[in-house]
Amino acid sequence: MKTIAKLWIGLGVLVLLSPLGLLFPEHFKAGAAWGEWGTEEIQKLIGYIPQGLAKFSSLWSAPLPDYAFKGQEGAGLSALSLGYIVSALIGILIVVALVFLIAKLLIKNK
Amino acid sequence: MHIPDGYLGPATCGFFYLVMLPIWTTASRIVKKTLNARQVPMLAIGAAFSFVIMMFNIPIPGGTTGHAVGGVLVAILLGPWAACIAITVALVIQALLFGDGGITAIGANCFNMAFVLPFAGYYIYKMISYNCPENSKRRIIAAGIAGYFALNLAALFTGIEFGLQPLLHYTASGQSLYCPYGLNVAIPAMAGEHLLIFGWVEAIVTALVVKYLQKQDPVLLGMRKEVEL
Repeated sequence: MKTIAKLWIGLGVLVLLSPLGLLFPEHFKAGAAWGEWGTEEIQKLIGYIPQGLAKFSSLWSAPLPDYAFKGQEGAGLSALSLGYIVSALIGILIVVALVFLIAKLLIKNK
Repeated sequence: MHIPDGYLGPATCGFFYLVMLPIWTTASRIVKKTLNARQVPMLAIGAAFSFVIMMFNIPIPGGTTGHAVGGVLVAILLGPWAACIAITVALVIQALLFGDGGITAIGANCFNMAFVLPFAGYYIYKMISYNCPENSKRRIIAAGIAGYFALNLAALFTGIEFGLQPLLHYTASGQSLYCPYGLNVAIPAMAGEHLLIFGWVEAIVTALVVKYLQKQDPVLLGMRKEVEL
Protein backbone atom coordinates (compact mmCIF):
# COMPACT_ATOMS: atom_id res chain seq x y z
CA MET A 1 0.00 0.00 0.00
CA LYS A 2 1.19 3.51 -0.69
CA THR A 3 2.43 5.49 2.28
CA ILE A 4 -0.13 8.26 1.73
CA ALA A 5 -2.96 5.72 1.97
CA LYS A 6 -1.49 4.36 5.21
CA LEU A 7 -1.27 7.88 6.62
CA TRP A 8 -4.96 8.51 5.84
CA ILE A 9 -5.77 5.29 7.69
CA GLY A 10 -3.58 6.47 10.55
CA LEU A 11 -5.64 9.66 10.72
CA GLY A 12 -8.81 7.55 10.89
CA VAL A 13 -7.36 5.61 13.81
CA LEU A 14 -6.53 8.89 15.58
CA VAL A 15 -10.13 10.05 15.09
CA LEU A 16 -11.44 6.86 16.70
CA LEU A 17 -8.95 7.17 19.57
CA SER A 18 -9.60 10.89 20.06
CA PRO A 19 -11.99 10.43 23.03
CA LEU A 20 -8.89 9.46 25.03
CA GLY A 21 -8.13 13.18 24.99
CA LEU A 22 -11.41 13.63 26.86
CA LEU A 23 -11.43 10.54 29.09
CA PHE A 24 -7.86 10.75 30.45
CA PRO A 25 -8.24 14.30 31.82
CA GLU A 26 -11.63 13.29 33.25
CA HIS A 27 -10.14 10.21 34.92
CA PHE A 28 -7.24 12.12 36.44
CA LYS A 29 -9.49 15.02 37.49
CA ALA A 30 -7.54 17.52 35.44
CA GLY A 31 -9.32 20.76 34.63
CA ALA A 32 -8.91 23.25 31.80
CA ALA A 33 -5.56 24.02 30.23
CA TRP A 34 -3.65 26.83 31.94
CA GLY A 35 -5.11 30.18 30.86
CA GLU A 36 -8.17 28.62 29.23
CA TRP A 37 -10.55 28.80 32.18
CA GLY A 38 -14.19 29.81 31.83
CA THR A 39 -15.48 32.84 33.71
CA GLU A 40 -16.79 30.72 36.61
CA GLU A 41 -13.42 29.07 37.13
CA ILE A 42 -11.61 32.37 37.03
CA GLN A 43 -14.01 33.76 39.63
CA LYS A 44 -13.03 30.83 41.85
CA LEU A 45 -9.32 31.29 41.15
CA ILE A 46 -8.91 35.01 41.78
CA GLY A 47 -12.19 36.08 43.36
CA TYR A 48 -13.43 38.30 40.52
CA ILE A 49 -13.97 38.21 36.77
CA PRO A 50 -11.75 40.72 34.95
CA GLN A 51 -14.06 43.19 33.15
CA GLY A 52 -12.48 42.81 29.74
CA LEU A 53 -12.50 39.06 30.04
CA ALA A 54 -16.18 39.09 30.97
CA LYS A 55 -16.90 41.29 27.96
CA PHE A 56 -15.00 39.30 25.33
CA SER A 57 -15.10 35.73 26.60
CA SER A 58 -18.46 35.02 24.98
CA LEU A 59 -17.72 37.04 21.85
CA TRP A 60 -17.99 33.99 19.64
CA SER A 61 -20.52 31.21 19.91
CA ALA A 62 -18.96 28.19 18.23
CA PRO A 63 -21.32 25.64 16.63
CA LEU A 64 -19.57 22.68 18.31
CA PRO A 65 -18.20 24.21 21.52
CA ASP A 66 -15.32 22.23 23.05
CA TYR A 67 -15.77 19.47 20.46
CA ALA A 68 -19.26 18.62 21.70
CA PHE A 69 -22.77 19.12 20.41
CA LYS A 70 -24.49 22.23 21.72
CA GLY A 71 -26.35 21.62 24.96
CA GLN A 72 -24.29 18.49 25.62
CA GLU A 73 -22.77 19.89 28.81
CA GLY A 74 -23.35 17.46 31.63
CA ALA A 75 -24.03 14.55 29.26
CA GLY A 76 -22.53 11.13 29.99
CA LEU A 77 -19.01 10.23 28.95
CA SER A 78 -20.15 7.95 26.13
CA ALA A 79 -22.30 10.70 24.60
CA LEU A 80 -19.44 13.17 24.99
CA SER A 81 -17.05 10.67 23.39
CA LEU A 82 -19.37 10.33 20.41
CA GLY A 83 -19.56 14.12 20.12
CA TYR A 84 -15.77 14.22 20.26
CA ILE A 85 -15.36 11.67 17.45
CA VAL A 86 -17.94 13.42 15.26
CA SER A 87 -16.19 16.75 15.95
CA ALA A 88 -12.81 15.26 15.01
CA LEU A 89 -14.28 13.89 11.80
CA ILE A 90 -16.02 17.14 10.81
CA GLY A 91 -12.93 19.15 11.72
CA ILE A 92 -10.62 16.96 9.65
CA LEU A 93 -12.96 17.02 6.64
CA ILE A 94 -13.09 20.81 6.69
CA VAL A 95 -9.35 21.21 7.33
CA VAL A 96 -8.53 18.85 4.44
CA ALA A 97 -11.01 20.54 2.10
CA LEU A 98 -9.60 23.96 3.01
CA VAL A 99 -5.99 22.90 2.40
CA PHE A 100 -6.91 21.45 -1.02
CA LEU A 101 -8.77 24.67 -1.85
CA ILE A 102 -5.85 26.89 -0.79
CA ALA A 103 -3.40 24.69 -2.70
CA LYS A 104 -5.61 24.82 -5.78
CA LEU A 105 -5.87 28.61 -5.65
CA LEU A 106 -2.12 29.03 -5.12
CA ILE A 107 -1.03 26.55 -7.76
CA LYS A 108 -3.59 27.78 -10.31
CA ASN A 109 -2.30 31.32 -9.99
CA LYS A 110 1.21 30.23 -10.92
CA MET B 1 -1.88 26.75 24.46
CA HIS B 2 -5.01 28.06 22.68
CA ILE B 3 -5.49 31.51 24.17
CA PRO B 4 -9.27 32.15 24.45
CA ASP B 5 -11.11 35.42 23.79
CA GLY B 6 -10.88 37.85 26.67
CA TYR B 7 -7.43 36.86 27.94
CA LEU B 8 -5.43 39.21 25.71
CA GLY B 9 -6.19 42.92 25.44
CA PRO B 10 -7.03 44.60 22.10
CA ALA B 11 -3.47 45.91 21.70
CA THR B 12 -1.92 42.45 21.97
CA CYS B 13 -4.55 40.88 19.71
CA GLY B 14 -4.11 43.58 17.05
CA PHE B 15 -0.33 43.43 17.31
CA PHE B 16 -0.19 39.70 16.57
CA TYR B 17 -2.66 39.94 13.68
CA LEU B 18 -0.35 42.62 12.24
CA VAL B 19 2.71 40.45 12.80
CA MET B 20 1.06 37.42 11.21
CA LEU B 21 -0.16 39.22 8.07
CA PRO B 22 3.25 39.44 6.36
CA ILE B 23 4.10 35.93 7.61
CA TRP B 24 0.92 34.51 6.04
CA THR B 25 1.57 36.44 2.82
CA THR B 26 5.16 35.24 2.63
CA ALA B 27 4.09 31.68 3.40
CA SER B 28 1.56 31.78 0.53
CA ARG B 29 4.14 33.21 -1.83
CA ILE B 30 6.78 30.62 -0.96
CA VAL B 31 4.39 27.67 -0.93
CA LYS B 32 3.02 28.80 -4.29
CA LYS B 33 6.54 28.80 -5.71
CA THR B 34 7.76 25.56 -4.18
CA LEU B 35 4.81 23.25 -3.58
CA ASN B 36 4.12 20.77 -6.32
CA ALA B 37 0.78 19.09 -6.89
CA ARG B 38 1.84 15.72 -5.53
CA GLN B 39 2.73 17.27 -2.15
CA VAL B 40 -0.76 18.68 -1.65
CA PRO B 41 -2.24 15.48 -0.10
CA MET B 42 0.70 15.41 2.31
CA LEU B 43 0.00 19.03 3.28
CA ALA B 44 -3.66 18.18 3.87
CA ILE B 45 -2.70 15.15 5.98
CA GLY B 46 -0.26 17.34 7.92
CA ALA B 47 -2.94 19.93 8.70
CA ALA B 48 -5.45 17.22 9.67
CA PHE B 49 -2.83 15.49 11.83
CA SER B 50 -2.07 18.72 13.65
CA PHE B 51 -5.80 19.37 14.10
CA VAL B 52 -6.55 15.97 15.63
CA ILE B 53 -3.37 15.58 17.72
CA MET B 54 -4.31 18.81 19.53
CA MET B 55 -7.53 17.08 20.65
CA PHE B 56 -5.49 14.56 22.65
CA ASN B 57 -5.48 16.43 25.94
CA ILE B 58 -2.97 15.01 28.38
CA PRO B 59 -3.78 15.56 32.04
CA ILE B 60 -1.54 16.60 34.87
CA PRO B 61 -3.42 14.70 37.61
CA GLY B 62 -5.52 17.13 39.61
CA GLY B 63 -4.17 20.02 37.58
CA THR B 64 -4.35 21.32 34.05
CA THR B 65 -4.16 19.66 30.63
CA GLY B 66 -2.02 20.22 27.57
CA HIS B 67 -1.28 18.65 24.23
CA ALA B 68 1.18 18.28 21.38
CA VAL B 69 0.76 20.37 18.21
CA GLY B 70 2.25 17.99 15.66
CA GLY B 71 3.55 20.98 13.73
CA VAL B 72 7.24 20.11 13.98
CA LEU B 73 6.57 16.94 12.04
CA VAL B 74 4.81 18.89 9.27
CA ALA B 75 7.75 21.32 9.16
CA ILE B 76 10.25 18.47 8.87
CA LEU B 77 8.30 16.89 6.03
CA LEU B 78 7.23 19.95 4.02
CA GLY B 79 9.27 22.87 5.33
CA PRO B 80 8.35 25.59 7.85
CA TRP B 81 6.35 27.83 5.46
CA ALA B 82 4.07 25.01 4.33
CA ALA B 83 3.74 23.95 7.99
CA CYS B 84 2.76 27.53 8.87
CA ILE B 85 -0.15 27.34 6.43
CA ALA B 86 -1.20 23.84 7.53
CA ILE B 87 -1.21 24.71 11.25
CA THR B 88 -2.95 28.04 10.60
CA VAL B 89 -5.79 26.21 8.85
CA ALA B 90 -6.10 23.82 11.80
CA LEU B 91 -6.09 26.68 14.35
CA VAL B 92 -8.65 28.78 12.45
CA ILE B 93 -11.06 25.84 12.22
CA GLN B 94 -10.53 25.05 15.91
CA ALA B 95 -11.38 28.64 16.84
CA LEU B 96 -14.36 29.13 14.50
CA LEU B 97 -16.04 25.75 14.77
CA PHE B 98 -15.06 24.46 18.19
CA GLY B 99 -14.34 27.60 20.21
CA ASP B 100 -10.85 26.25 20.94
CA GLY B 101 -8.78 29.43 21.01
CA GLY B 102 -10.36 32.86 20.68
CA ILE B 103 -11.32 34.68 17.49
CA THR B 104 -9.50 37.77 18.71
CA ALA B 105 -6.47 35.62 19.62
CA ILE B 106 -6.07 33.87 16.26
CA GLY B 107 -3.12 36.13 15.44
CA ALA B 108 -1.36 35.35 18.71
CA ASN B 109 -2.18 31.65 18.65
CA CYS B 110 -0.93 31.38 15.07
CA PHE B 111 2.23 33.27 16.00
CA ASN B 112 3.00 30.78 18.78
CA MET B 113 1.91 27.51 17.19
CA ALA B 114 2.01 28.16 13.42
CA PHE B 115 5.12 30.38 13.28
CA VAL B 116 7.43 30.01 16.31
CA LEU B 117 6.86 26.26 16.60
CA PRO B 118 7.41 25.05 13.01
CA PHE B 119 10.33 27.40 12.37
CA ALA B 120 12.12 26.55 15.63
CA GLY B 121 11.45 22.86 15.08
CA TYR B 122 12.56 22.90 11.46
CA TYR B 123 15.88 24.63 12.08
CA ILE B 124 16.74 22.56 15.16
CA TYR B 125 16.03 19.40 13.17
CA LYS B 126 18.04 20.64 10.23
CA MET B 127 21.00 21.59 12.40
CA ILE B 128 21.18 18.26 14.23
CA SER B 129 20.49 16.08 11.19
CA TYR B 130 22.79 18.11 8.94
CA ASN B 131 24.39 15.96 6.27
CA CYS B 132 23.14 12.64 7.60
CA PRO B 133 21.51 10.10 5.30
CA GLU B 134 17.72 9.74 5.21
CA ASN B 135 17.79 6.46 7.15
CA SER B 136 20.18 7.59 9.88
CA LYS B 137 19.26 7.22 13.56
CA ARG B 138 20.38 10.77 14.14
CA ARG B 139 17.29 11.97 12.23
CA ILE B 140 15.00 10.31 14.77
CA ILE B 141 16.87 11.92 17.66
CA ALA B 142 16.92 15.26 15.84
CA ALA B 143 13.14 15.05 15.32
CA GLY B 144 12.57 14.37 19.03
CA ILE B 145 14.81 17.20 20.21
CA ALA B 146 13.23 19.58 17.69
CA GLY B 147 9.74 18.62 18.89
CA TYR B 148 10.65 19.14 22.54
CA PHE B 149 12.31 22.53 22.17
CA ALA B 150 9.89 23.93 19.60
CA LEU B 151 6.82 23.17 21.71
CA ASN B 152 8.53 24.68 24.74
CA LEU B 153 9.47 27.82 22.87
CA ALA B 154 5.84 28.20 21.72
CA ALA B 155 4.68 27.71 25.33
CA LEU B 156 7.17 30.33 26.54
CA PHE B 157 5.81 32.88 24.05
CA THR B 158 2.26 32.04 25.14
CA GLY B 159 3.29 32.59 28.77
CA ILE B 160 4.82 35.96 27.93
CA GLU B 161 1.67 37.07 26.07
CA PHE B 162 -0.53 36.06 29.00
CA GLY B 163 1.85 37.58 31.54
CA LEU B 164 2.10 40.98 29.87
CA GLN B 165 -1.65 41.63 30.23
CA PRO B 166 -1.73 42.78 33.88
CA LEU B 167 1.06 45.24 33.02
CA LEU B 168 -0.84 46.64 30.04
CA HIS B 169 -4.45 46.70 31.22
CA TYR B 170 -5.86 47.35 34.70
CA THR B 171 -8.65 49.28 36.33
CA ALA B 172 -8.21 52.23 38.68
CA SER B 173 -8.71 49.87 41.62
CA GLY B 174 -5.89 47.65 40.42
CA GLN B 175 -7.98 44.77 39.07
CA SER B 176 -6.81 43.17 35.85
CA LEU B 177 -8.92 43.68 32.75
CA TYR B 178 -7.80 40.57 30.87
CA CYS B 179 -5.46 37.72 31.89
CA PRO B 180 -4.98 38.36 35.62
CA TYR B 181 -1.67 36.54 36.00
CA GLY B 182 1.59 38.41 35.46
CA LEU B 183 4.86 37.23 33.96
CA ASN B 184 6.00 35.84 37.32
CA VAL B 185 3.11 33.36 37.32
CA ALA B 186 2.30 32.84 33.62
CA ILE B 187 5.83 32.03 32.45
CA PRO B 188 6.65 29.44 35.12
CA ALA B 189 3.20 27.86 34.66
CA MET B 190 3.34 27.63 30.87
CA ALA B 191 7.03 26.79 30.65
CA GLY B 192 6.99 24.38 33.59
CA GLU B 193 4.18 22.12 32.42
CA HIS B 194 5.56 21.96 28.89
CA LEU B 195 9.14 21.31 30.02
CA LEU B 196 7.96 18.56 32.35
CA ILE B 197 5.27 16.83 30.32
CA PHE B 198 3.81 18.17 27.07
CA GLY B 199 7.17 18.86 25.39
CA TRP B 200 8.00 15.16 25.68
CA VAL B 201 4.75 14.28 23.95
CA GLU B 202 5.62 16.44 20.93
CA ALA B 203 9.12 14.90 21.01
CA ILE B 204 7.86 11.31 21.05
CA VAL B 205 5.15 11.89 18.42
CA THR B 206 7.62 13.61 16.06
CA ALA B 207 10.39 11.05 16.56
CA LEU B 208 8.08 8.04 16.18
CA VAL B 209 6.53 9.23 12.93
CA VAL B 210 9.96 10.09 11.48
CA LYS B 211 11.13 6.61 12.50
CA TYR B 212 8.09 5.05 10.85
CA LEU B 213 8.58 7.03 7.64
CA GLN B 214 12.26 6.06 7.49
CA LYS B 215 11.23 2.43 7.35
CA GLN B 216 8.11 2.89 5.27
CA ASP B 217 9.01 5.51 2.72
CA PRO B 218 12.32 7.37 3.19
CA VAL B 219 11.62 9.37 0.03
CA LEU B 220 8.99 11.32 1.99
CA LEU B 221 11.71 12.54 4.35
CA GLY B 222 13.56 13.80 1.29
CA MET B 223 10.52 15.67 -0.09
CA ARG B 224 11.50 18.49 2.21
CA LYS B 225 14.47 19.34 0.01
CA GLU B 226 12.20 20.49 -2.77
CA VAL B 227 10.44 23.01 -0.58
CA GLU B 228 13.51 24.46 1.02
CA LEU B 229 14.32 28.07 0.31
